[in-house]
Amino acid sequence: MERTPLSLATTRRLFLAGAGALLVVRPAGATPETMAAAIRQVTGGKPVTPGKVKLTIPPLVENGNAVAVTISADSPMTEKDHVTAIHLFTQKNPLPNVIGIRLGARAGKAEVSTRIRLADTQQLTALCEMSDGTFWSDTADVILTLSACLEDPV
Amino acid sequence: MAVPARTLINVPPKAKRGDVILIRTLISHVMENGFRVDNMGKPIPRNIITSMVCTYNGEEIFNATLHPAISANPFITFHTVATESGTIAFKWTGDNGFEAEASASISVE
Repeated sequence: MERTPLSLATTRRLFLAGAGALLVVRPAGATPETMAAAIRQVTGGKPVTPGKVKLTIPPLVENGNAVAVTISADSPMTEKDHVTAIHLFTQKNPLPNVIGIRLGARAGKAEVSTRIRLADTQQLTALCEMSDGTFWSDTADVILTLSACLEDPV
Repeated sequence: MAVPARTLINVPPKAKRGDVILIRTLISHVMENGFRVDNMGKPIPRNIITSMVCTYNGEEIFNATLHPAISANPFITFHTVATESGTIAFKWTGDNGFEAEASASISVE
């Protein structure tokens, strides 16, 4: 009876392990750390306080290709006191940035909405910069069933 | 861009002075995010709209920087104060020299 030489068995095991490793390789995604870095880049290291901003997103999303998001800020929007920028960040998309908006007192109401892509169940962070240079944030958790971003093209 | 992008903008035609009006914009664009591969496993290059700027009688009132996480056919809504009659103009720019423009007129009384 012939037995598989040990070296061959090892190579096969190694090959299978290698194939397994290949399967799990994916483009490096954003992590809570890279999101924090992206936020730091916007704030320039200034402290961010939770509050004043409201991030509205459905808590349970079926399809990550188009998720409606509304970000509104509590501000009188006067020449003296208004929102100058609104940003949105994700933790687990391939890139942490989603959108960056600059506006001014002429907006009248600090509320924007758009549709975004989500790659995974994750937490989103909205960031607002006020005219006095302070930063405010809000977070929202989203549970996702179908991922966008990395799926096969149609 | 060989095919001009279709845009759809919604600005109230009339407003009272000082009113806060809602502006809704939609533009047709694939927003290819650059992370996907085609059937042959070749990466599909990124092709997105990177910026959208809105001006009210020439003055910039809204400026958005878009990243690949924005859905295909970017839809963006925002507000502005109706200050005077005139035109509200929109300009989108993106990868591969993409450019699109649209405008709407508003009469303020």
